[in-house]
Amino acid sequence: MAEATPLSSKDFQSNQDVRWCPGCGDYSILANVQRVMPDLGVPRENFVFVSGIGCSSRFPYYMNTYGMHTIHGRAPAFATGIKASRPELSVWVVTGDGDGLSIGGNHLLHTIRRNVDLQILLFNNRVYGLTKGQYSPTSRLGMKTKSTPDGAIDHPIDPIAFALGAGATFVARTIDVHASHLQMVLRRAHEHRGTAFIEILQNCPVYNDDEWIEVEDRKQRIEAALDLEDGHPLVWGADDQRRGIRIENGIPSIVHLGAGEDPVAKGVAIHHERHESPAYAFALASLQRPSFPLPIGVFRAVEKPSYDALLEAQVETAIAKRGRGDLAALLNSGDTWSVSD
Amino acid sequence: MTGKPTEQIEGVAIRFCGDSGDGMQLTGTKFTESTALAGNDLSTLPDFPAEIRAPAGTLAGVSGFQIHFASTDVRTPADQPDVLVAFNPAALRANIEDVRPGGTVIINSDAFNKKSLQRAGYEDDPLPAIRERFHLVEIPITNLNREAIKDLGLGSRDSDRSKNFFALGLMYWLYNRPVESTLRWLKARFRDQVLEANVRVLKAGYAFGETTELFPRSFIVPRAKIQPGTYRNITGNTALAWGIVAAGVQMERPIFLGAYPITPASDVLHEVARFRNFGVKTFQAEDEIAAISASIGASFAGHLAVTTTSGPGMVLKQEALGLAVMTELPLVVVDIQRSGPSTGMPTKIEQGDLLLALYGRNSESPLPVLAASSPGDCFYTMLEAFRIAVTYMTPVVVLSDSYLANSAEPWLIPDPAELPRHPVGYRRDPKGFQPYLRDPETLARPWAIPGTPGLEHRIGGLSKQDVTGNVSYDPVNNARMIELRAEKVARIAQELPPVEVVGDDHGDLLVVGWGGTQGAIASAVESARADGLAVSAIHLRHLNPFPPNLEEVLRGFEQVLVPELNGGQLAMLLRARFLVPAQSFPKVQGQPFKVAEIRTRIDQLMKRNED
Repeated sequence: MAEATPLSSKDFQSNQDVRWCPGCGDYSILANVQRVMPDLGVPRENFVFVSGIGCSSRFPYYMNTYGMHTIHGRAPAFATGIKASRPELSVWVVTGDGDGLSIGGNHLLHTIRRNVDLQILLFNNRVYGLTKGQYSPTSRLGMKTKSTPDGAIDHPIDPIAFALGAGATFVARTIDVHASHLQMVLRRAHEHRGTAFIEILQNCPVYNDDEWIEVEDRKQRIEAALDLEDGHPLVWGADDQRRGIRIENGIPSIVHLGAGEDPVAKGVAIHHERHESPAYAFALASLQRPSFPLPIGVFRAVEKPSYDALLEAQVETAIAKRGRGDLAALLNSGDTWSVSD
Repeated sequence: MTGKPTEQIEGVAIRFCGDSGDGMQLTGTKFTESTALAGNDLSTLPDFPAEIRAPAGTLAGVSGFQIHFASTDVRTPADQPDVLVAFNPAALRANIEDVRPGGTVIINSDAFNKKSLQRAGYEDDPLPAIRERFHLVEIPITNLNREAIKDLGLGSRDSDRSKNFFALGLMYWLYNRPVESTLRWLKARFRDQVLEANVRVLKAGYAFGETTELFPRSFIVPRAKIQPGTYRNITGNTALAWGIVAAGVQMERPIFLGAYPITPASDVLHEVARFRNFGVKTFQAEDEIAAISASIGASFAGHLAVTTTSGPGMVLKQEALGLAVMTELPLVVVDIQRSGPSTGMPTKIEQGDLLLALYGRNSESPLPVLAASSPGDCFYTMLEAFRIAVTYMTPVVVLSDSYLANSAEPWLIPDPAELPRHPVGYRRDPKGFQPYLRDPETLARPWAIPGTPGLEHRIGGLSKQDVTGNVSYDPVNNARMIELRAEKVARIAQELPPVEVVGDDHGDLLVVGWGGTQGAIASAVESARADGLAVSAIHLRHLNPFPPNLEEVLRGFEQVLVPELNGGQLAMLLRARFLVPAQSFPKVQGQPFKVAEIRTRIDQLMKRNED
């Protein structure tokens, strides 16, 4: 058989017209996912994209892979069934802040807890788009929407803190329009064995425009974003206004750095993805605008056995120990008796 | 061998009852196993509270286990026990009115004192009145038990734990049951002093029967004349679990069971989880919704997928079940019905979910529904459900109930070589592949699973275009797809066997049943026929689609009676579908039908017919 021609991003585009609103951040995410797919060393037929309900959940229709557009909030559960039954498949969940953290919060929690080997992409635009603009569980306190004319009185949840709380082994935050960073995070997530949880800050131009402009805009992000790099100190800001994050007793604070000053000497923390305790990553997750810069990058990446691998191992062990199941032996096990003519 | 005389009897029904901590279910189960090995036909009815340990000695905590065994065909656990074994006053009070007048009542007399009588709500000593109505046998079981093991150095609390085995040993003697199976079980289960205590007490109970003057004779129930073959005891839940495992073997595909613990379905999950060496994967999900969702995911990935639940869980699964209808994926959903509404009486019996299974989803969402009719039948119902699911690419609902789930009957063990084999094929060929291009005969779409090159496709809950499966909002297309899915389910009727009429196919009255009520209905109808009444019966396994000859059968009778353990759901369906004046005979007490109840209703209708 001839060597297959390498695939390109075009091979991952389905024949369906993409129907998000003009300017939606989802376009960029789709394009970058399609760009990364050919490089992952997985045959196209082994990719499965699974989604729930919401704008982001139309995603599988646009991917020329296997795909399942399921019901509201339950995509992680469907994906768990796919991956647990067929561990050789590369299974990606696409969800949003409403789908994943409101109606589907329970499934997201337990899927992460089990460390099912999935990539979960949570598009966070802090608003319900498909139902036309209600506030979501990540919307800011006080946000005025059709359903909250006097302002939202719910305290929002941070997706990164949620994932860490559930015991996530890989947690990252990236941005819809930052192609190279988004692609880097997607590759890292794919390499990770276990649940890889990615919050993608995504713009909804219709119902919550410019929600993430501070970190999307090249100029503003210098002051507003903290880029996480493993082994590097938590430093951000323009060259003449460098600052760092110090973490003491789990509480982060800002350290101002003079020109040429060594951040480590000033007590600035060094980013480390592989702390066994999630306490450090929690401290990072607590950094919110406007008091702090918003961390972008991989918060945590640790190794733990995945649910699907453990389940497969139980099956293999059972067969090795007891032999392949014999139905006649099962039906005749225990006490039986014979009746003759 | 006993030196006392023996008397041969045709059969007997015994009920063991005590506190939920007294081991009544275990006692009943062991007696059942021994009775099966003695070659009798049998039927059992466990009846226990939902509370794991209700306060000791109270009516709320009474647990019972009834077994009916005979040398003849046994179809029900019997309306009334002939013998009641009561371990305390609460058990006596909760059960005495069920006992056949003149029947035998054996009590643990040590448990009858002022305090325990009060706790059971007896103001005066009930025993004098009971002596008038029944044959009362008072045995100091607690003390006889302690006496038998006093030298083992167990505390009184531990010692008293074995007293149910004293009663069991005594009943083994009284009905000439073999003790070996119980001894084997004890030896596999316990060690050291606890093993010694249980064995000794079991034998002491047996010896007590031989020597006491309380029982002048023992009874022999000859072997039943049943079809030759190898038998075992089986409960509905075990048969269901084994049916799931067997489906994987017979269809040559791995099983995926997603489930969330719920009474009375949890035992199926427990049982199937033991069989990883069959390649079976079980998944205890975070909730009922995740359980079915993961199962649908596994089905998309090519596994034989099943989810097991009971009423409240069935409600939660409905949205996902609608998606399985829409995506046309094979799936078996087992609803082991229990008494409701809402949480209801979780350990009690009902058939209240028929309409939920048929119509519980939004919009037009038809799917096949099957119901098992006996514990052993649960096995075959599962095999059929999987076969229909993959042949027609559709979710299938199997209805069982808590009576079938926990009752036991002797089961002729099938030879796997003689079970239908049905290897499942996936679509492999990319040429001409369309996700919703249907088989012209079954209208099934292809099962194309991830990992197959060239068949990449997307499915989902949005309305889809005929053939391509692409998202479509075309109004005419939407109607056509709804019709196609309905027609697909309707076509299953073509392969169904005609429903069998027990009795003549014309007459005054047809009794129509479904599910676990078969034994009671058949017994009532047979007794009516023996008395010369023109009554026949049918029992439906296929609730959707109905068997092809159902309408014709219904029209052969003046009257139609539908006994159901619900408010009249099948009766409503028959009336709506066939415009026949079906009369409902509902019962929603959490208890099975008594044969006499159905017989009385039959007689009332036949009398009206005469008038």
